[in-house]
Amino acid sequence: MQTSEEIIGEILNLAAAHFNVSRGELSANDDFFKKLGIDSLQALEMLTRLENHFKIELPDYELQDVRDFRTLAERIKARL
Amino acid sequence: MPLNSTAQLAMVDPSKHQSLGSALSEALDKFSNETCLIEADRERENHRLSFRQFGEGSLPLAKFLQDRGIGSDSRTAIVMTNQSRWLMAAYAIFYTGGVLIPLDYKLTATEHLALLAHSKSEALITEYHLWRAMTETDRFREFSAGTVLVTDAPKSADLHGALRWEDVKADGQPVYTPRQRKDWACIVYSSGTGGRPKGCVMTHENYLEQCAALTSLFPFWPGVRYLSILPTNHAIDFMVGFIGPFLCGATVVHLRTLRPEFVRQAFSKYQITYVTLVPLILKNLLTGLEKRFDELPPFKRFVFNRLVALNRALTKKGPNTTLSRKLLKQVHAGFGGQLQTIFTGGAFSDPAMLQYFYDLGILVSNGYGLTEAGTAVTLNDLKPFRADTVGKPLPGMEVKVIYPDSDEIGQVAVRSKTVMSHYLDDPELTSQTIIDGWLITGDLGRFDSEGHLQLFGRIKNMIVTEEGKNVYPEDIEKTFEGLPVKDFCVFAANYIWPERSMAGEKLIIVWQLHEGQELTGALLEELAERNKTLLNFKRISGYLTWPEEFPRTASMKIKRQVLAEEIRQRLTRQSALKDL
Repeated sequence: MQTSEEIIGEILNLAAAHFNVSRGELSANDDFFKKLGIDSLQALEMLTRLENHFKIELPDYELQDVRDFRTLAERIKARL
Repeated sequence: MPLNSTAQLAMVDPSKHQSLGSALSEALDKFSNETCLIEADRERENHRLSFRQFGEGSLPLAKFLQDRGIGSDSRTAIVMTNQSRWLMAAYAIFYTGGVLIPLDYKLTATEHLALLAHSKSEALITEYHLWRAMTETDRFREFSAGTVLVTDAPKSADLHGALRWEDVKADGQPVYTPRQRKDWACIVYSSGTGGRPKGCVMTHENYLEQCAALTSLFPFWPGVRYLSILPTNHAIDFMVGFIGPFLCGATVVHLRTLRPEFVRQAFSKYQITYVTLVPLILKNLLTGLEKRFDELPPFKRFVFNRLVALNRALTKKGPNTTLSRKLLKQVHAGFGGQLQTIFTGGAFSDPAMLQYFYDLGILVSNGYGLTEAGTAVTLNDLKPFRADTVGKPLPGMEVKVIYPDSDEIGQVAVRSKTVMSHYLDDPELTSQTIIDGWLITGDLGRFDSEGHLQLFGRIKNMIVTEEGKNVYPEDIEKTFEGLPVKDFCVFAANYIWPERSMAGEKLIIVWQLHEGQELTGALLEELAERNKTLLNFKRISGYLTWPEEFPRTASMKIKRQVLAEEIRQRLTRQSALKDL
């Protein structure tokens, strides 16, 4: 079972690659809408990348009130 | 698209019905073997239902509600993402003569509970994850609906007294309860989750008239497929993704996952005919298309550009879908090849974006409406296409511009059988909004010589986001209570400094600091932190420091209009407003 920190690390890697930002600029507590400069649809696109990576299904509502990478990692961990 | 007289003859005639329950019931009989619903999730298709199967799924629920005393005039709320069960629950409520309270599933649990209390809902039908969130809030103590049905709950979940949708069993048939045209059908909240709730009481007549008006312009018929993406609680999807297609025997397609890639796939997979999209999603589609075109090799790109130019020239006087599909085959294949029209409205759409789609032969009909008016007021009939207007008034709509200025721009007022009855439990707000039968919209517009309405901003203190969400400043002020400032007030920036545009609307906070208090980084940080707790479309994006006391009424309420005027007279937007 992966730890929360490992999951966060993988999410940050994916987000950095997908939205073409420097990995070093991202941290667990960042508001990803603001940090990545993305809208809600782009955030949903990221969700699909995460599903493929972690091989899980994340319903759209899991992202509804999530704004930071750490909480997102918790939601993913609960489904691993 | 020409009026399809065959479709008109085939559809259930709304004018012959007194209520939605009665009209839908006839549709279920008339089109019993046609497909009414397709529900998909990612690549999977969950199910496909005929109108007969839809009825078979709904009526046990109606009986269940009746057996629990939820019937004629009872208020039942639905809080669900778009899916078959949403429409089944709605039909069951109408069948039993009840009043439906459709709530936005994207609101927070606390907001759901506030609106459930305001609407005095006696029953609630919702999804497990939404119910769980409600039970986890402090406000849940005040929850009083006697019957709660939840879908998709895990077996071991604590349901806090709720029942499972999957366990609904009812012996016998429900009793159909007739309603009259002026009876309440729905209470639709156009805003007011944190401030003054605006529960629009909509009658059966409102919906039946709206359905007749819309289908006269854009008919549906069996075989038509409507992709339901906007939340069904929203007036547009409720009409165009439920009542309209059902009364015409058409099919509604629901996607349980609204991610752009699955939405794009759905167009071709389900051969979609109509869809309604908010500008944000249209923009996303546009970006995807541009990216594809940019990747074309130079020669192909050259040929493509010439074909687009040719299509533009040949469709200048009016759309020709058959021709456009031939000229730009691959573009249209990406949309499934059956797409007739994309409807858009509810927020500002960039005319250049609409023109871009039109030049590709993808017809986008831009409209204007508001919940209080019963969905759409004007709609572009594409005869010819106009990117710069929101179209002409729909049949049965009287629309006028009141108190026009020297440029003939004034406030838009609407009179029609589709206009809501009143705001729930708020006669004062109702009397300010509906005057002598005219709905005063708060939007600024002007009619051109062709009878098209053009919009030029709004005079009410609110914004509409690209996602089509109305946000009222009063609704988010609670988030900033306790900020270490002397006083504060949230405004729509355009309310203080009117702009003759619907584009780029934003919310700002105006504050007065304590005597001797400095504007510090810590204060801005706290503002940003609190802002982050709001859903992203509700966030403020600027602040302004006002050096004087806020004007107040005798009961100490801030006089917003007076304050806005004072700011406008003394400060310019450019000099005073700081970005957050």
